[in-house]
Amino acid sequence: MEQETRKVKIEVKDLTLIFGKNKDQALKMLNKGYSKSEILEKTKCTIGVNKANFEVYEGEIFVVMGLSGSGKSTLIRCLNRLRKATDGQVLLNGHDITKENNNELLETRRTEMSMVFQNFALLPHRTILENAAFGLEIRGEDKETRLAKAQTALETVGLQGYEHQYPAELSGGMQQRVGLARALANDPEVLLMDEAFSALDPLIKSDMQDELLAIQEKVQKTIVFITHDLDEAIKLGDRIVIMKDGIIEQIGNAEEIMTNPASEYVEAFVEKVDRKTIITAESLMFTKPIVVQYEKDGPEVALRKMRSASLEVLPVVDKHRKFLGFVWLNDLIELTKNKIPKIDTKIKTEVHSVQKEFTVEDMLPLISGMRSPLAVVDESNGRLQGLVSQTSIIIEATKYDKEEISDLQEQAKELFKWTK
Amino acid sequence: MDKIIDLGKYIEIGINALERNFSFLWSAIDDGISWTVETMNDAFLATPFWIIILIVAAFAYYLNAGKQSFTKAGLKKGIGIASFIILGFLLIYLMGYWEETLQTTTLVLVATIIALILGIPIGIWTARSTWADTIIRPILDFMQTMPAFVYLIPAIFFFSVGNTPGVIATIIFSLPPAVRLTKLGIQNVPGEVIEAGYAFGATEKQILYKIQLPLAMPSILAGVNQVILLSLSMVVIASMVGAKGLGSIVYRSIQQNDVALGFESGLGIVILAIILDRITQSIGSKNK
Repeated sequence: MEQETRKVKIEVKDLTLIFGKNKDQALKMLNKGYSKSEILEKTKCTIGVNKANFEVYEGEIFVVMGLSGSGKSTLIRCLNRLRKATDGQVLLNGHDITKENNNELLETRRTEMSMVFQNFALLPHRTILENAAFGLEIRGEDKETRLAKAQTALETVGLQGYEHQYPAELSGGMQQRVGLARALANDPEVLLMDEAFSALDPLIKSDMQDELLAIQEKVQKTIVFITHDLDEAIKLGDRIVIMKDGIIEQIGNAEEIMTNPASEYVEAFVEKVDRKTIITAESLMFTKPIVVQYEKDGPEVALRKMRSASLEVLPVVDKHRKFLGFVWLNDLIELTKNKIPKIDTKIKTEVHSVQKEFTVEDMLPLISGMRSPLAVVDESNGRLQGLVSQTSIIIEATKYDKEEISDLQEQAKELFKWTK
Repeated sequence: MDKIIDLGKYIEIGINALERNFSFLWSAIDDGISWTVETMNDAFLATPFWIIILIVAAFAYYLNAGKQSFTKAGLKKGIGIASFIILGFLLIYLMGYWEETLQTTTLVLVATIIALILGIPIGIWTARSTWADTIIRPILDFMQTMPAFVYLIPAIFFFSVGNTPGVIATIIFSLPPAVRLTKLGIQNVPGEVIEAGYAFGATEKQILYKIQLPLAMPSILAGVNQVILLSLSMVVIASMVGAKGLGSIVYRSIQQNDVALGFESGLGIVILAIILDRITQSIGSKNK
């Protein structure tokens, strides 16, 4: 996978956190493979996080998703050591945080990681500006510098003009912007967001998600985002971890988790999600469509290709496989009748092309009034990567059941024979 | 019934030993408190009564009106308390109890300040340490429920009669709310805010001064208010060991069965109590 080559920012190895007094015995039992309930019975210890292993890449939004009690909040607190892990390692830029002494830990928290909290955790007796400057104040920056940085951070989150108000005078969404500004003001490498939008009402929540994505575009931080809301996870996450009972059930991007849930638990989540917003052109497209080569193929060759595949429309590409348009059966017949050797005049260039990342929801409006499939094109060089048939888009938009969809896709393939 | 355990006797032996072995300490405390009380008293008495009344009224007005002091809205907020202070103090002055009122105020202020200097740090300590709380809580219960008269006996023993035993007994009686409300305020600071402090790399000291104390301030100020009112309620009892002020007049009126004297001096205490209460409460509300 291409992501593997990206720089690893945080690496979590066998991270385990046990609550209770008899941690050593509980850890031994855990290592021997005893179950959670057996350990609870014997040692009265509960397992908060059970041997978590994952990597967070630089610049990505990494979402940890799970229901309450799944250990996700505990997990994020292990990353900045608000909770001390019982066993395992947390490596930030290859440096083990679990082994840092007190001063090193303070320094890490002050410069490398900032956190955003569910209930904002603002200081009610300070103004918005002073709140945003809090982290800088803690690490001892002088007043002028820290207020200037806080001001910039407030502008980033769209709060200019509110500097001298108090948190209680702001709505929840705006208070969380202050929380975000406070974290950004420190200019950390990593942002830890603990259910940051969960306390907001749905409309504000959606706004804040958009805002976060827009800000992330600008600042390019590594973000670890905790949520119990799968829709939120899918919207924000470059990759998603699903946790249950302290165990990581699955790691992958939204698409992988949706299309290939690793367990019943994950599947239960996935069923409730609106697939239209997740399924992308990439997963629907036929990757090796029959094409007409513009420089090489004349009307006769094109017609032959079409007939052998029983199709009435084919995509046209140049010798670099750059997508040019579609050519239709009846136009080709007309060309051969008139003995015109070139297909130039009959290429329909006014068609929609999409990129791999387009979702079904994005593609639905494009297919109305069109008869041709959608060409999936590489944004950078215009190369044709595949075709998405209208049928498969409509199926995705209407049907939710996975097996029905694959059946219908099979039927669609039979009917149209897009592939060789 | 026969005494089987003579607990009181052991306490007495202990107190005696304390008195003998630490006499330098007691006399130092006595000197310190007497000097503070007398200096403050002299300063009050040297100031013309109307200046004191105006300063207190202006202070209370400002506390209530704040930044709007010179506007109509501010006038509306501050005028009530300011006029009450002027009329109340004037009445006391005209009844002839001005000097005693100042003496009582001095005793209350000195006792309050000492109680706060001791009580707030103890409150912080109990909020942050479970075992400190376990030890100190029963002591506070003891201090509050033991009849206040009882404190007077060892207080006289250590400091003989005068203002000092009165102040000491007052401190013991009024200290608990300062401790309790400080602890309550600190413990009521939302855990998430404390966590935020740690997440941004705050040290324990920064957590205390930048988060816990400011957020606990309304509760601490409620404690200050309670300490003042409890101190004031001790003035009559303190007068039994020779503390001067309105309390001693009330005490005298009881001994002489003098209704007029009792009513006037009692009213003086009530007026003083209302004024001190309103002033400390407006400090609290301004802080929110």
